[in-house]
Amino acid sequence: MTARDARRQWITGMIAMAVATVIFIVPFAFIFLTAAKTKQDASRLLFTWPEQWQLWQNFTEVLKARNYMLLLAYFNSTVITVGAVAALVVFGAMVGYVLQRRRTGWNKVIYAMVLVGLMVPPAVVPTIWVLQGLGLFKTIHGMILIQIAYGLAFSVLLYRSFIATIPRDLDEAAIIDGAKPLQVFFKVILPLLKPVTVTLIVVQSIAIFNDFTNPLYYLPGKENVTVQLTLYNFQSQFTTQFNLLFMNILLVTIPPLIVFIFFNRQIVAGMTAGAVKG
Amino acid sequence: MTTRRPSPYPYWFVLPAAVIFTVLFLVPTVASFWFSLTRWDLINTEFIGLDNYRQFFKEPFLVQGLTNTVIYAVLTSGSKTVIGLLLAVLLTSGLRGQGFLRSVVFFPVLVSTIGVGITFSVLMHPTKGLINLGLAEIGLPRVGWLTEASLALYSIAFVDLWKGVGLATLIYIAGLAAISPDYYEAARIDGATRLQRFWRVTVPLVRPATVTVVTLSLIGGLRSFDLIWAMTRGGPGFSSDVLASVIYKQYQAGFYGLSTAGNVILFLLIALIILPLTWWFNRREVDL
Amino acid sequence: MTKPIHSAALAAAIALVGGLAHAETTLSLLIDNNPETIAFAESLTAAYTAANPDVTFDIEQRATGAEGDNIVKTRLATGEMADVFNYNSGSLFQALNPATTLADLSDLPNQANVLDSFKSVVTSSDGVVRGVPFGAAMGGGIFYNKKLYEELGLSVPKTWEEFMANNAKIKEAGKVPVAQTYKDTWTSQLFVLADYFNVQAEVPDFAAEYTENKAKYATTPAAMQGFNHLEEVFTAGYLNEDFGAATFDDGMRMVSSGEAAHYPMLTFAIANVKQNYPDNLGDLGFFAQPGASADKNGLTVWMPAGLYVPAASPNLEEARKFVDWVATVDACNLMIGAAGASGPYLIKGCELPADVPPAVADMLPYFQEEGRTAPALEFLSPVKGPALEQITVEVGSGIRPAAEAAALYDQDVEKQAKQLGLPNW
Repeated sequence: MTARDARRQWITGMIAMAVATVIFIVPFAFIFLTAAKTKQDASRLLFTWPEQWQLWQNFTEVLKARNYMLLLAYFNSTVITVGAVAALVVFGAMVGYVLQRRRTGWNKVIYAMVLVGLMVPPAVVPTIWVLQGLGLFKTIHGMILIQIAYGLAFSVLLYRSFIATIPRDLDEAAIIDGAKPLQVFFKVILPLLKPVTVTLIVVQSIAIFNDFTNPLYYLPGKENVTVQLTLYNFQSQFTTQFNLLFMNILLVTIPPLIVFIFFNRQIVAGMTAGAVKG
Repeated sequence: MTTRRPSPYPYWFVLPAAVIFTVLFLVPTVASFWFSLTRWDLINTEFIGLDNYRQFFKEPFLVQGLTNTVIYAVLTSGSKTVIGLLLAVLLTSGLRGQGFLRSVVFFPVLVSTIGVGITFSVLMHPTKGLINLGLAEIGLPRVGWLTEASLALYSIAFVDLWKGVGLATLIYIAGLAAISPDYYEAARIDGATRLQRFWRVTVPLVRPATVTVVTLSLIGGLRSFDLIWAMTRGGPGFSSDVLASVIYKQYQAGFYGLSTAGNVILFLLIALIILPLTWWFNRREVDL
Repeated sequence: MTKPIHSAALAAAIALVGGLAHAETTLSLLIDNNPETIAFAESLTAAYTAANPDVTFDIEQRATGAEGDNIVKTRLATGEMADVFNYNSGSLFQALNPATTLADLSDLPNQANVLDSFKSVVTSSDGVVRGVPFGAAMGGGIFYNKKLYEELGLSVPKTWEEFMANNAKIKEAGKVPVAQTYKDTWTSQLFVLADYFNVQAEVPDFAAEYTENKAKYATTPAAMQGFNHLEEVFTAGYLNEDFGAATFDDGMRMVSSGEAAHYPMLTFAIANVKQNYPDNLGDLGFFAQPGASADKNGLTVWMPAGLYVPAASPNLEEARKFVDWVATVDACNLMIGAAGASGPYLIKGCELPADVPPAVADMLPYFQEEGRTAPALEFLSPVKGPALEQITVEVGSGIRPAAEAAALYDQDVEKQAKQLGLPNW
């Protein structure tokens, strides 16, 4: 790399940094600042330093609202997210594996179902009708199953295209060694899928944790509230308390942030190391 | 017992996924075809043939909703693909602060859509919003980002890009990482310029990622609802209504049969756009 | 389906042994998240539990507006409704399919306290009363800033012409003549809905003809006026600059502080000013929407929301007892204490305090004089289209001309009429 190249790199880097800061960071700074303001200060919607910092006061007010509903919501959302994502990883990888490895007429059917799952907008009212018939309406495990059903197609698609990069020799060698299908899958294939699994976990857990519409319909009832639904507390039709609303947005953003910080190294490492070694 | 050796890739692997998917997705979807032919109050159904569909196509907003859906999907998916790839190339080029930038670009993907929608509708406020205050600062006129009927849809599409481009970038970074450096080395030896290397090596070889990004963002765009609902609820008037929000409004109003008919129409629209595209992608994949 | 029967049998058994067994009951209560409603619910339930320690409450809030409608409808239809819930009376009540989903409340002892005008708007198509009033009656008209009127030497307009003349002077003085807040789309409907007194003054049988699919907005000049007015204030440039992004709360702030002179709204909004801008309450005035002639000037009136009990409630008896108590004068006074007096309560013997805010005082004379009020159309006809608020936003933002909008709305109501199975549609 020449010195000129290096300088150009440096300048591009600086410009990119500056642009990214304005476009991507300002909105978050706005959320944070508004979350720290008083009600009157926040209602002016200005991007200003809070007249008076009351981050802690807003925090406790949001937390205490409606009998600590946010804590319950965190619990529910966590249960739903963890349950659904675990199933999505295992079931999705199993389907993607068979789909990629075994080429028969059934493949077309499965692939068609994947497409259907990706394309077809869920029919909300008939789904409520089915859930009720099964006694799953308004239950956390019903919600987990719904999230699995809606997320499967994406998981399968993602796994299928990445399993294509794993040489067949690997599983064939294991089969010749006498390994059972399940052993091959869990001992050989699944560990190799780790980079894409990490991506899937991050993407799906964010999607499920941030899902707003589905819990709204399939999980009515105060005891089943999820984190996104708590945004309703402060977005009343008549009075909007922007400071509390933005505090809630801030709090709702923190768990995905933790997931991201925790997995960030693995995502980047997994992807830059050539994803899958053959 | 047959003597045939069981496949090392048994079909029962598919079973857990298949059961959940069939019961909670396929059955309601199939049922929706029936319910779309009825007047339905969730308790009683009355068969009314194709009346719901006739009603739907009589809705003057539907035609607009339909074109809006296509505009929105093409716009968001196209921009995510192009900008996502460019960002991915930029962020794998050994730039200073690359790791930080990756995190920054990806971060909006994590934030709740409702939260993003609320935040941006505040930032886009015509008189008090940060964006217009910024424009005024440099002497430009204020813009009614969400209040101007001709603009609202595009403003939402921009926010969608802002929120979603990180995922496209991530998929592309994964795709780029899978390209062997040998190809670049070979191209360099052949004397290819930077731009040539991008067009001749990167773009064709990152193809699987492109297929994923285009397909996912196009379907996501066609079904898009949360962000639009959080920002304008389809307004002002019906100017940023898309099919999903029209359907939702019928649902809210208690027209369950009509809403379900809208679901079927949306499904047909998506099939009409995505199936040929998938077929085309697959054909090209065989060519490679 | 044996479970509800069991619990019904159990409840009956408990009722039979009466005072011997004290059943601890927790009633679930679903209310909208409007601060006024929350204040009502909290004070009522606290007082009720104090008097009946064996009954406790579990209050759950829902969204308001169209999203709230949806929650209520879905939960009722799927049998997941709380034991007691609040919801609009009139056409929105009719859309709940009340004859099958809601419990019969006609035999509650305290229904005797409820004014007949309210009973009629919570009566299902089979003639059974299924609700009790929850809150105060409201007028739909125009809030104005008294201070600004005084400064500019204006008087309360009795005709639309006078109103527009006032607006011209206000604009000249550099103030916003009419506040509009289309971010909360429902607020855009007021010019149309609050004009109903004037419609009825011109076409007395409009509501009946409308229900029978004979009269239409687009073909009834008097009914068209609301849409025209909406267009006129926009075309004249009388709106606040951020009308497309302002909220209901902004509207009440503007009109009460004098930033804007007028804001068309329902009088329940007085509670909002009382809570958020108490210092401005004294400057807030109210008048009915002016019409064509000064001789026929009157107020379009909204009935309060109702409290209802779903037919499928497992705690039917306890829920009925609670709702019965809400219809007493005591409960009514508690509501006045909790959120203030924003209008007449429809309970006999429940009087408003003497020191009501000026806006309420402006409204009361309409009620005291015969023939100066008319119910809003949604209490006279079950036909109300779901897209009105989008259509009025369009007219009020210059996107669609008034005549076209009225025709579009006529088309929109067709769906509702068909879903309700009305004859002639």
